[in-house]
Amino acid sequence: MKFAKLNNTYKAIVVGGSAGSFQGITRILSSLPSDFPLPVIMCLHRLKHVREGFTEALSIKSVKPVIEPHDKESVKKGNFYLAPANYHLSVELGNTFALSTEEMVNNSRPSIDITLESSAYVFKDKLIGILLSGANKDGAIGMQKIKDRGGLTIIQEPAECMIDTMPAAAKAITEIDYTLKIDEIIVFLNQLYKYYR
Amino acid sequence: MQEIQIVDIRKLTETIKSKYGYDFTNYAMSSFKRRVSRVLELYKFPNIETLITRISDDKAFFEDFVTEITVNVTEMFRDPPFWRELRDKILPNIMLNHNKITIWHAGCSSGEEVYSMAIMLKEMGILDNCRIIATDIDHEILEKAKEGIYPAKNMELNEKNYFRYRSSGQLADYYEVKNGKAYMDRSLVKDVSYRKHDLVNGIVFNKFDIVLCRNVMIYFNQTLQNEVLKKLHESIFKYGYLAIGSKESLIWCEIANRFIVVNNEEKIYKKIRE
Repeated sequence: MKFAKLNNTYKAIVVGGSAGSFQGITRILSSLPSDFPLPVIMCLHRLKHVREGFTEALSIKSVKPVIEPHDKESVKKGNFYLAPANYHLSVELGNTFALSTEEMVNNSRPSIDITLESSAYVFKDKLIGILLSGANKDGAIGMQKIKDRGGLTIIQEPAECMIDTMPAAAKAITEIDYTLKIDEIIVFLNQLYKYYR
Repeated sequence: MQEIQIVDIRKLTETIKSKYGYDFTNYAMSSFKRRVSRVLELYKFPNIETLITRISDDKAFFEDFVTEITVNVTEMFRDPPFWRELRDKILPNIMLNHNKITIWHAGCSSGEEVYSMAIMLKEMGILDNCRIIATDIDHEILEKAKEGIYPAKNMELNEKNYFRYRSSGQLADYYEVKNGKAYMDRSLVKDVSYRKHDLVNGIVFNKFDIVLCRNVMIYFNQTLQNEVLKKLHESIFKYGYLAIGSKESLIWCEIANRFIVVNNEEKIYKKIRE
């Protein structure tokens, strides 16, 4: 596969996922080079009141441990981050994380829209947004903001999704650069990696 | 809707500061911007200039604005392991040294945390030994905290938290549901002093054995966090405790070294230096 929009100017990757995304995200995290150069910031819908278990489960096969950032923690190159349970996760100017307990957005806390939108604001055209399987529309507006600010948008191929509502909702309101299966997302990220070597 | 610019936010905070003395200048930008955007939608203001004009012309509106801008999402026994730690380790430890305990809920919002505290203390049999002060910047939410009336649907979550807190009691013993609302047993908080207090501009007004300031400083930037932490530090007795939210940290604060971590999972700190 050839991807025309690959280059080494990207600064971060944000990933949103909900129902049916766990397996896909696990495969992605286990297939990246261990010195992958960009921060991967994940906002995945999860049980609101269970703090433990999810990060650990994601970390098992991941090439490096997944971190739940603290409020004000710096976004570091190459780290894999996950929005903590029951908090919204934003990126602030100055590349630090900010957490909040604001009202749920799209019935979700963490909300993918919040993570994607704030990341788009900070990273502008240096951001890649990936939206995976999910049963609601959270993330669609976030993907739109990424596109508006010149970033790159990728959705999981709806036919491959356990539930395609989420990627389909994004596609309905904004331009999607690539519609890919999980295996193709992995190829994409590994090709991207080569631009940073 | 058009994107709110940082320069607009600055104009807004300057207006509020000069007119009312509240200082939102150093609130965390991402969430503050979302809050302002929410107010614009709520009141159907076409742009931020309209909001600024309305705020400077209308004091009553400004108070509503403060209510909307502050985040008032809270729950009883949020992070059950935190409450277990308080019950099983922190409080017994304080009781070793003295009989009277002073507690401050800094940013108490609608009061769920205060009720959680009172219930825990009552079950421990030490509620009468404790002096609790609960403060918030928002006058309206303090009234709600005093009333102790919550949507009945919220109790499902509160019950779940309480269950995971692992008490021998029943949360249902402390409230009554009528017409879709849960009425808390107000005798629990009869001795609690609820006061309006702004952490940013407010004075240091007392000394405490425990200060709970959970998920409050996440709405401040690092500069303001440093300032507020100094005030919290001054408000805690030496060897007293500070609790912050489970995903907050003091490590980036200037005076972090005046505290030690007692429990890193639950973010309970102990003041070890004046």
